[in-house]
Amino acid sequence: MTAVLFFFGVILPYIAVLIFIVGIIYRVWKWARSPVPFRIPTTCGQQKTLPWIKANNLENPSNTVGVIGRMALEVLLFRSLLRNTTTELKQGVRKLVYKDSLLLWLGALLFHWSLLIILLRHSKFFLEPVPSFLLLFERWDGILQVSVPSWFPSMFPILFISNIIILLALTYLLLRRVLTSQIRYISLPADYLVVLLILGVVTSGILMKFFFKVDVVGVKTLALGVITFQPSVPADGIGLFFYIHLFLICALIAYFPFSKLMHMPGIFLSPTRNLANTNRISRHVNPWDKPVKVHTYEEWEDEFRDVMKDAGVPLEKEQ
Amino acid sequence: MSDEVAAPEELLEIDYRPPKKGWMEPTVEFKKGTYCYGAPLKHQEYLGLPNPRQWQPPDEDWQLPENWKDIILEGMDELLNKYRSFRLFMDICVRCGACADKCHFFIGSGDPKNMPVLRAELIRSVYRKHFTLPGKLFGKMGGARELTEDVLKEWFYYFYQCTECRRCSVYCPYGIDTCEITMMGRELLNLVGCNIGWIVEPASNCFRTGNHLGVPPHAFKDTLDFAVDEIEELTGIKVEASVNRKGAELLFITPSADYFASPHWYTLMGYMHSADMAKKLNAKMYAEAKRLGVKWILGGECGHMWRVVNQYMDTLNGPADYLEEPVSPITGTKFENSKSTKMVHICEFTADLMYNNKLRLDPSLNDHWRLTFHDSCNTARGMGLIEEPRYIINNVCNNFYEMPENTIKERTFCCGSGAGIGSDENLEMRLRGGLPRANAVKHVQEKHGVNLLTCICAIDRATLPTLLQYWVPGVEVSGLHELVGNALVMKGQKDRTTDMRGTPFEVEES
Amino acid sequence: MYHFGQVDLFQRNLKLDLSCYVMALTKLLTQHKDAILQRWLNLIADTYPTEASAFLKGKDRFSNPVGYTISQEINALYEELLQGRVDSDKTAASLDNIIRIRAIQDFSPQEAVSFVFLLKKAMLEELGSEIEKEQSFREWLDFEPGIDKLASIAFDKYVECREKICELRVKEVKADKEIAVKLLNLVGGANMEHGEVME
Repeated sequence: MTAVLFFFGVILPYIAVLIFIVGIIYRVWKWARSPVPFRIPTTCGQQKTLPWIKANNLENPSNTVGVIGRMALEVLLFRSLLRNTTTELKQGVRKLVYKDSLLLWLGALLFHWSLLIILLRHSKFFLEPVPSFLLLFERWDGILQVSVPSWFPSMFPILFISNIIILLALTYLLLRRVLTSQIRYISLPADYLVVLLILGVVTSGILMKFFFKVDVVGVKTLALGVITFQPSVPADGIGLFFYIHLFLICALIAYFPFSKLMHMPGIFLSPTRNLANTNRISRHVNPWDKPVKVHTYEEWEDEFRDVMKDAGVPLEKEQ
Repeated sequence: MSDEVAAPEELLEIDYRPPKKGWMEPTVEFKKGTYCYGAPLKHQEYLGLPNPRQWQPPDEDWQLPENWKDIILEGMDELLNKYRSFRLFMDICVRCGACADKCHFFIGSGDPKNMPVLRAELIRSVYRKHFTLPGKLFGKMGGARELTEDVLKEWFYYFYQCTECRRCSVYCPYGIDTCEITMMGRELLNLVGCNIGWIVEPASNCFRTGNHLGVPPHAFKDTLDFAVDEIEELTGIKVEASVNRKGAELLFITPSADYFASPHWYTLMGYMHSADMAKKLNAKMYAEAKRLGVKWILGGECGHMWRVVNQYMDTLNGPADYLEEPVSPITGTKFENSKSTKMVHICEFTADLMYNNKLRLDPSLNDHWRLTFHDSCNTARGMGLIEEPRYIINNVCNNFYEMPENTIKERTFCCGSGAGIGSDENLEMRLRGGLPRANAVKHVQEKHGVNLLTCICAIDRATLPTLLQYWVPGVEVSGLHELVGNALVMKGQKDRTTDMRGTPFEVEES
Repeated sequence: MYHFGQVDLFQRNLKLDLSCYVMALTKLLTQHKDAILQRWLNLIADTYPTEASAFLKGKDRFSNPVGYTISQEINALYEELLQGRVDSDKTAASLDNIIRIRAIQDFSPQEAVSFVFLLKKAMLEELGSEIEKEQSFREWLDFEPGIDKLASIAFDKYVECREKICELRVKEVKADKEIAVKLLNLVGGANMEHGEVME
């Protein structure tokens, strides 16, 4: 039994994390190895031009500050997904009409942010002593204290906001894939796999926290042991749901480098977003540039000299 | 369907829905009017394109070279190693669907494979099969498919149904740019000799004569003289147009569709189906500037040329250190944003003139027009030239009405004919792709009585008239500087009774 | 939304020459207008590939012109049909707007036009047994040819659109050559032997 627990509690996480780190580095290295031959930002606002025309440095950056701002908006607020608002005149009243894509923006944003919060919360398992900001953070996240009905077991303490939000957001993202025929048509099995896997991780985590209590001290002992490379599995076991949770996480992070989840590091390398529109200000060099055969003026004039002469066009060589 | 005429009741029973099939099954039917012709053999050979042959898309047998699959896969490997955009965009799409309904071809045709995400998946599926582990292991379940001749035909069909307008990339959370993918797809097709005439022929002509029709230089000089005479007739002023003149201050480059042009006529065909080709044709612009010893270059109203000038030219053929940093000879303004490329957009140039009150303008001379402005995809999304043309418009006319916000500026709809597919045989496809643009024009026509669509792109000017005649009869198309020409009051001009088109002004205005 | 005033007027006019049961169907069609139109729109959207049809049911004027046009125009057509004005300019314009789109999409001529008949299907589906009642059925027999008439006008429109496309195509080819011809004339005057203009 201990051997099995050791495998699921220690070996598997080590393997998964190894695949995760090596995989990501390999994939990013592969992208980075391919050069960016041309500077091709998608410009979404006014360019920097004559001084009296106001340039939009966030949508059409002309310097590094602008690029950082643009990337920050993209990464933190999903700017592009928010572009889809339309103004429509309805009975003379100008009002903003929000569409399905606003829901997509909201769903995606809520999902990603609550995931980040949950990850940060989990770092308390790997840190001893737990930094005070994490505790503060946890209190803030749990601010929505569910007034527990008296018939509920007292071990049902705090329902973290992020847990509720991530469940709702994931359900929305899944339903959208299943129910909208357009999205269903473009979806691959891998797309469902990823959502279901994360949903599994979240559900098992919530179940473990609120319904099938596990030994939190044991979890922390295991986590600290693994991270300091002195792994030991608590002998009295932690609880089945912990191992289910951990297994799903291992599956997710081991799958990460092979999947579309690579959009996380990928967005930082996207040449249509991370470059400034300074093409005419400073020259961009293409590393694999090579000379090509061009049709020169001399060849052209040679071909048409006589007729040009007749027409009175000035010539380079008279004969 | 049977040949007999079905009774209405029977018609009701027919299910028009296509069979439910996943997109992985390639299905392409080349219906007349929805594809471009293959390139003539002669031009393929002139440009030295690979695997030249006489060929048409609907042919059952495409006469592909024996090892075509290896050629494509090797080509793909090379492109993946040359372009980070290509490799990255193959990997990071999450299929969120934000781009799905942003493509004018999807909106106009309803063909699901025109959703940008699927257009890219057509090539991504092959990439997965041959270049990724999950694709190799799980095949179809891993979103991978084998490269077959049908897949290749599908590529041809759909990559020549993309105008590389980049609207989808505005909405994509990772900035995935279908233009990049289409360019790669076309380049791969080109490797096995699948090209379209409307691109190859002009490219070949440009290579030889410098303009897409293959007009030789002496004939060009004649047209120019003709234009000068016309201006004299209209305005009473003899403008000087010099061709091939050395030591001139500026080199003016304009799309060859404008036969109303100035010194030397060297056009860049911005058909980006091949970086090498772009470089070959583009090289002429700088080479000419150097030979003629001009100080800098002024670029005319052309969308594709400007995408290339702004994002490619300096990289391809720069640095142009034999030119000077552009300074307007009239206002003394330094165009700092083009100090490396040394090429200024005519809208920037004119806006500067107007800002400094160097032009005498009478906007009432354009009062017969109620106009709206079409942002060209390339200047809007590849450059950010948005306010300059609007500033000019507001200076030269009194009745300017914008189309709805989500159809202009960076969200502008494509004319549906760019990137080499504006050929007449492809008219129906173009009408489909142009529907979203025309629809917005129709809106301002109904609401404000708009009768003129102004734009700053040669392809727009060539193809939008057809589009509007079908969708919005009664709206004409003009270039921006035609309006400037109308409103310009020159010293010593005679009383103008007509505009640049020779149309008489309305009585109360003249 | 239907206008009570108009329909009442219509019904009063009919009373003069038709017996009272005529109103039964009209009444039904007016009452069920929204449902029938929704069905009709769905049926038309279903003539497009499945994946696009959901999108087409949306009605944003600018991001979805096809869906918008169809839903607007079938509404207008339905009104006209109820008023018995099958031959009106409004009908023609509405049909024109729809057909103009379908004429350039992947439809055969009969597919492009037959969306009109889908109205019958929508009505039958929505009203079903109600129509089979004797009063309504007799009125249905009077009403139905109106829809057939719409279809034949639609066919005219289709042919018009296709002719327009051909005309535009010819025009484009001509315009393309126009400059060349101009040049040819100019050059030709001086020295014809150099008149190699077009490839």
